[in-house]
Amino acid sequence: MKSKLSLFIVIIFLSFCFVIFYKGLNNPNIYAPKIEGKKNLPTFKAKNFISSSYLNSEKIFEEDTFYIVNIWASWCVPCRTEHPLLMKLSKNKSVKLIGINYKDNFNNAKKFIDEFGNPYSQIIIDNDGTLSVEFGAYGVPETFIIDKSKKIIRKFIGPINKEIVEEIKLIIK
Amino acid sequence: MKILKIFIILFLSVGFFNLKADEKNDELKNKILKNIRCLICQGQSVYDSESEFASSIKLIVDRKLNEGIKEKQIYEFLREKYGDWVVYKPEINKNTYILWLLPLLLFLIGGAIIYKIISKKNEK
Repeated sequence: MKSKLSLFIVIIFLSFCFVIFYKGLNNPNIYAPKIEGKKNLPTFKAKNFISSSYLNSEKIFEEDTFYIVNIWASWCVPCRTEHPLLMKLSKNKSVKLIGINYKDNFNNAKKFIDEFGNPYSQIIIDNDGTLSVEFGAYGVPETFIIDKSKKIIRKFIGPINKEIVEEIKLIIK
Repeated sequence: MKILKIFIILFLSVGFFNLKADEKNDELKNKILKNIRCLICQGQSVYDSESEFASSIKLIVDRKLNEGIKEKQIYEFLREKYGDWVVYKPEINKNTYILWLLPLLLFLIGGAIIYKIISKKNEK
């Protein structure tokens, strides 16, 4: 009886370990917390890419519309793949795109915009990456959706694709 | 001459105390950075990492400490942005009860088993 119980405990323990490790195998390496509910938009002051003047976040997000904040850089290869999709999204009248140029060289960033087009209604500069941290970003590219009540309602890590664009369209409808 | 001596002593002591304060601030900064997980690295703290993410977090922590913001508030700020996982030593809350209590529970159960075994042996 005693040996049977010990065997049962060992089997339960091994099964538990197997399930934990098997589940761990399928987990992505990069941890991404789920956005539970809406998050407040950070308040900040940032330099405008074109005019070099400083703008408050209230001024940037002043209109009563949905905003998409996209963190990008000219040195970021995945940013090039998502750029045509952002160009398409920029044609949508019910949303405004704000670009955050992340740790970039001004001339390279300008060349990038001149070459691939400018989908953003405004571009702000984040030279040291601290503004991106205020948004809760890990790096580039990253995209955030801000609703009319100025709350971050969705976050996409990595380049956006057609499925994500469809999801965005459904949200901003 | 006496005034000059006093002036030199005062000047040196101010410099010494500033140096001490900087040292203390650096110690606190390093302590905080060692407790923050680099979320894009494999098993590294922000202190150990040279990634873009880690360097931005280092700047934020430095800036917040200079603004006089307390250690706990810095962790709260980062938790709000990145979740509980960003801090190596998680706070006790409803999501981390098991994490904190399970080792204690296992320790108590283990202790009870050992006690039972020993008392049984003594009975024999």
